[in-house]
Amino acid sequence: MTAPLFLTGGRLVDPSQGLDAVGDLLLIDGKVAAIGGTIAGPEGAHRIDCAGQIVAPGLIDVHVHLREPGREDVETVATGAHAAVAGGFTAVAAMPNTRPVTDNQATVSFVKRQGEAAGFARVYPYGAITVGQMGETLAEFGEMVAAGAVAVSDDGKPVENAHIMRTALEYAQTFGIPVVEHCEVMALAHGGAMHEGTVSARLGLKGIPAEAEEIDVIRCILLAKLTGGHIHLCHLSTKGSVDLVRWGKDQGVRVTAEVCSHHISLTHEAVEGYNTNAKMNPPLRTARDVEALQQGLKDGTIDLLVTDHAPHHYDEKEREFADAPNGIVGLETALGVNVTWLVERGVLTIPQLVDRMSCLPAKVFHLPGGTLRAGALADVTVFDPSRSWVVDPAAFKSKGRNTPYGGQTLRGRATRTIVGGRLVHALDG
Amino acid sequence: MKIDMVVIRHPASGAPRFLADRIESNVINAGDGTHEHPTQGLLDLLTLRSHLGSLEGKRICICGDVLHSRVARSNIWGLKALGAQVAVCGPRSLLPGAITDLGVEVFGRIEEAIGWADALNVLRLQLERMERGYIPSLREYNRIFGLTRARLERAPKDLLILHPGPMNRGVEIDSDVADGPHSVILEQVTNGVAVRMAVLYLLAGNAPALADAAKADSA
Repeated sequence: MTAPLFLTGGRLVDPSQGLDAVGDLLLIDGKVAAIGGTIAGPEGAHRIDCAGQIVAPGLIDVHVHLREPGREDVETVATGAHAAVAGGFTAVAAMPNTRPVTDNQATVSFVKRQGEAAGFARVYPYGAITVGQMGETLAEFGEMVAAGAVAVSDDGKPVENAHIMRTALEYAQTFGIPVVEHCEVMALAHGGAMHEGTVSARLGLKGIPAEAEEIDVIRCILLAKLTGGHIHLCHLSTKGSVDLVRWGKDQGVRVTAEVCSHHISLTHEAVEGYNTNAKMNPPLRTARDVEALQQGLKDGTIDLLVTDHAPHHYDEKEREFADAPNGIVGLETALGVNVTWLVERGVLTIPQLVDRMSCLPAKVFHLPGGTLRAGALADVTVFDPSRSWVVDPAAFKSKGRNTPYGGQTLRGRATRTIVGGRLVHALDG
Repeated sequence: MKIDMVVIRHPASGAPRFLADRIESNVINAGDGTHEHPTQGLLDLLTLRSHLGSLEGKRICICGDVLHSRVARSNIWGLKALGAQVAVCGPRSLLPGAITDLGVEVFGRIEEAIGWADALNVLRLQLERMERGYIPSLREYNRIFGLTRARLERAPKDLLILHPGPMNRGVEIDSDVADGPHSVILEQVTNGVAVRMAVLYLLAGNAPALADAAKADSA
């Protein structure tokens, strides 16, 4: 057993128990032993002074791409999980668009074991909704869940067949897992490379209209309404999507939603100069969309924040915009981006941010963690919300360097990441 | 290799920019994807000016497949820089939704464009647009949007007709218009040689003051 960890004098922020007060936190044998007030630390405990820092339940990112199996040259479960803890995440959920696709119990259990062997963040595998993510035949949810899958998704593309999506929403109820949809009508996106609007018209790039996302958003909400299933909508990017999810929640539909750090901070103007590190799917939208996404996050229409961490090889991004792959890395910048764009600008308070990056991801995906109640998993993130730092992609633990934030100054950075009572990341040594 | 100049024509929008950001040579954009075709824009401006004089306040309409046209964007920037009023005309399925953000008027009917303009720049309609579902048929395109002599004869004044080539005769433009008295299409071809010679001459380091001024403008 590792020595007890004794975190003293930090601002304990745990929305799961309505806690926001300066106090101590004691972790013993991988569990929270005591929290709040002044605690008498046991002999031999490793004491960490957290004065001036936030001590929060470990951050959880339910939308990452770790590329293993298949593209270990771009990222592995180990490097991705290392990047996660460097960014303050104690757990991530890995999307199944691997090669081969994670659509069976053997691959699910492989991803899970790779995560355990790496010993950084907890890695929860997703299983695919359909075999090979081909959209035709349901994958074996039951076996995948037994092997450790926490949800199913064909992320990277939508489940286009409405009957298959309906069936997935019905069948998943047996296992109590969310069905997670990448919302896009491919025929309407029609091979577009960025948001359809002023910038695409100017740059001569094929655009993806907001409606390509929104039509699938409302289709999924209606299918969840029909089936009583739990639909979780990936990476919303438009004002219309926020409005539709708000309507769905008002109707009592079991719909939850997420937003990426880049969609609450950047607009399609970032593509100017054909910057392939501003290319992702869904694309960066307009300032009006960014504003609506921030408001949706604030009022709870959007439940949680994710990264959609998507490493790509330098060579793959270093090319013509239309042909470059979609996606950016996010694990090591998300906390800073979220603090800079949401907390510093008064959209969210620190407890609200912790709620949307830890408590709600745990709740929506039925994961352990997301709380520092006595007896809970000792997954803890310590971060300094006022610490300024410059993003240096060369220093990332991730193999991916594809970020639009390189060289930017962000505020807010994880200083200690603790998983199961083990200190797995410490900034400044 | 100390290449002085690279002339690049590329199917991807932004490819010359990509190259220019990474090499020391002068890069000349000879047409990139659906983005820009600067020398075509310049030769169109030269042709228009030689007939209309100053373009200040003149009305120029770009007709056809603006969505996929690199000629259209270079024309719009150039014409507006010289003070012209610019419009586009075509089926909405071939116009970018945000086209008015570029500061142009939009006509849905070729007859309206003919009634408004001093000059029409008619774009080529590529055959694959029909296959990809942007228009129903080339036949109907010609009937509704094609520049025909009958339509031109109803114009309130003489119009100058430009086309960047190659033409689809009988689709976007009829032969008797293309070869008719108002067409300056062959002049465009001639002017194209002069304009491209001038671009090469300036970027080769001759008249450095002019070249520097041009670079400063585009920066």
